[in-house]
Amino acid sequence: MNPYLPREAEIVERIQESDNTFTLHLRLTDDRPYSFEPGQFNMLYLHGSGEVAISIVGEDPAQRLLTHTIRVLGRITRGLAALDVGQCIGLRGPYGRGWPMREAEGHDVVVVTGGLGCAPSVSIIHHILEHRDHYGHLSILQGVKHTDDLIWQAQYDAWAALPYVDVLLAADVADPQWHGHVGLVTALFSQLRLVPDKTIGMLCGPELMMRAAADGLHALGLPPQAIYLSMERNMHCAVGHCGHCQMGAKYVCRDGPVFPWPEVRELLGVRGY
Amino acid sequence: MAKTHAGAPPYRPAGCAGVSLPKSTKPPISGAEIRMLVYPVIDTHPCGNDVIMEDRGFLARRELQTLIDALKHAGYRVVAPRVVDHAIQYLDLDHADQLPHGWQDTQAPGSYRLTQSDETRCFAWANGPQALKPYLFKSREVLWHSQRETDGNLSFHTDETEPQALAVIGVRACDLAALALHDQHFLERIPDPYYAAQRKKLLLIAVHCSHPADTCFCVSTGDGPRAQSGCDLALSELDDGYLVEVGSPAGESLIEALPLENATTEQHAQANAQIEHATRAQQRSLPSRNLRDRLFVRLNHPRWQAVAERCLSCGNCTSVCPTCFCHQETQVPTLGGDSSEHVREWDSCFTQGHSYMHGFIVRPETEHRYRQWLTHKLGSWHDQYGRSGCVGCGRCITWCPVGIDITEEAYAICGTPPADGGEA
Repeated sequence: MNPYLPREAEIVERIQESDNTFTLHLRLTDDRPYSFEPGQFNMLYLHGSGEVAISIVGEDPAQRLLTHTIRVLGRITRGLAALDVGQCIGLRGPYGRGWPMREAEGHDVVVVTGGLGCAPSVSIIHHILEHRDHYGHLSILQGVKHTDDLIWQAQYDAWAALPYVDVLLAADVADPQWHGHVGLVTALFSQLRLVPDKTIGMLCGPELMMRAAADGLHALGLPPQAIYLSMERNMHCAVGHCGHCQMGAKYVCRDGPVFPWPEVRELLGVRGY
Repeated sequence: MAKTHAGAPPYRPAGCAGVSLPKSTKPPISGAEIRMLVYPVIDTHPCGNDVIMEDRGFLARRELQTLIDALKHAGYRVVAPRVVDHAIQYLDLDHADQLPHGWQDTQAPGSYRLTQSDETRCFAWANGPQALKPYLFKSREVLWHSQRETDGNLSFHTDETEPQALAVIGVRACDLAALALHDQHFLERIPDPYYAAQRKKLLLIAVHCSHPADTCFCVSTGDGPRAQSGCDLALSELDDGYLVEVGSPAGESLIEALPLENATTEQHAQANAQIEHATRAQQRSLPSRNLRDRLFVRLNHPRWQAVAERCLSCGNCTSVCPTCFCHQETQVPTLGGDSSEHVREWDSCFTQGHSYMHGFIVRPETEHRYRQWLTHKLGSWHDQYGRSGCVGCGRCITWCPVGIDITEEAYAICGTPPADGGEA
């Protein structure tokens, strides 16, 4: 089996989430099975341009649909944004180590995300809601730079209405209609009522935000090994061969992207790693 | 520069010459020397399988062509060292007279020079800029093709061509150690089918290193000068021919075609003396075989900035390094755009693009890149592959255009124990 060879995937639906963020619902055109674990990613291929690592938001197994939410940041994501329903891309995956959903069973879960870090964490929320009796209280904290960057407002409202789910939103810069917190997402920690020895923290977002969030959760009593971070690095091969994603001894694509905090703490925030 | 060619190194360990194989109970030499004299040598290198190299006799130099012909007859593409563009290069070879007869190399930081004498030896040099790496992990390789059909559908396919069996003559111990590391990287966990295809069809004929360069430090890393495992045949070059050791069934069947003579005790003593000389001649070393902890407690050492002021961030060191494996994947579409090749090419952690992440460069400064290279090669490699990523070949020293010496930098950064007690 050639680990580098993509499969064809057809765009079944395209949703413009914000000015620069869009969602693709994709259907693999072959019959081969596909399954993923929350936190894993796919390599999406734009014909003639190249591949980009994108986390998996979710799937609809009945319809064989895979969902990716993508922000336009570079050459390939800009090209993917220009595609319409019916067009095809390449897809290979899933890759990497996902969120510790098994370890989190029987625990409360705090999901702290920043910006488009919400996309890789949606699968956590879906998984918990689908296996509701396996998990305790779910706290969802999402921070954005500007309220215009917040996507899925209706989804957050729906989650907030569920029992045993808290949703706390923060924006650095807010428009006048904003009802959430103005400032950093970590400032919301004061509103958390954690049981430190039965809580797992799952963080996804800019590294600065994740460092602050890990420190903040640790200060609230969570042990370091109960805090997980989803890391991001340059990735070409996704199978631990090309060397770009190395962070110290870790291949982020293969050993991560989700790491227990102690595994990456030594080099987290060290410039050049 | 006038050079006196030392066909046989002048150094002879005391008591070696003329000693007979140990049939008496009181050998006149030490136990260590006996082990060097008497095969089989049992390999205990952490990267290789335990291999027993067995002595099979002596091959006269005039019979090298017989070896080459036997390989070609068995269907092998034969690659061996040749002098091309003023460097020893491993290239396709048909005739034994294409080997670098009489050539020697003089290497120093930022300097590589070849000189020729009328000596008959073919392997009286240390190494060239490349050996095995480009044959297994190609500098440029098409991984797959993407084809866009008229209806907009995409199809993906690979070129299913089996590589020709490859025999490489003249492999050094350092390059065998590097190959073992690449085997770990490319074949374990998620195997790379392109590397694996050629690796399965590879026959290796090592030549023990008798003439290390001034830049060599394989003794310090534990990888040379003797090729101890991972090869099918190993040769000791003498003035008139080669002692032949066998390390695999493929090597065993190959020597059936060779007119081997019985090796004499003197020839064995000579071969061992050469290894001994090659061991003692090496002046460079690393402070330790495991610098992981020492490096990572010194990420703010002022030497990183000092070396960055000399480093051009050119990537020569990573290109010639036999263990560097980083590569990038790019697309090469046709002009019409309907088909596109997915290509992988060697990349280097000294480039800006290596750490590019949507508008953000993880390692913007040369200081970060040199530190990444060294802390990976000598540090985090231990966590990944159970040993250092350096095999002591010295190529990065020789081929650095400004002569940066990895051993000098390692001593400058790790040479003395840190004040905080973080000694490895």
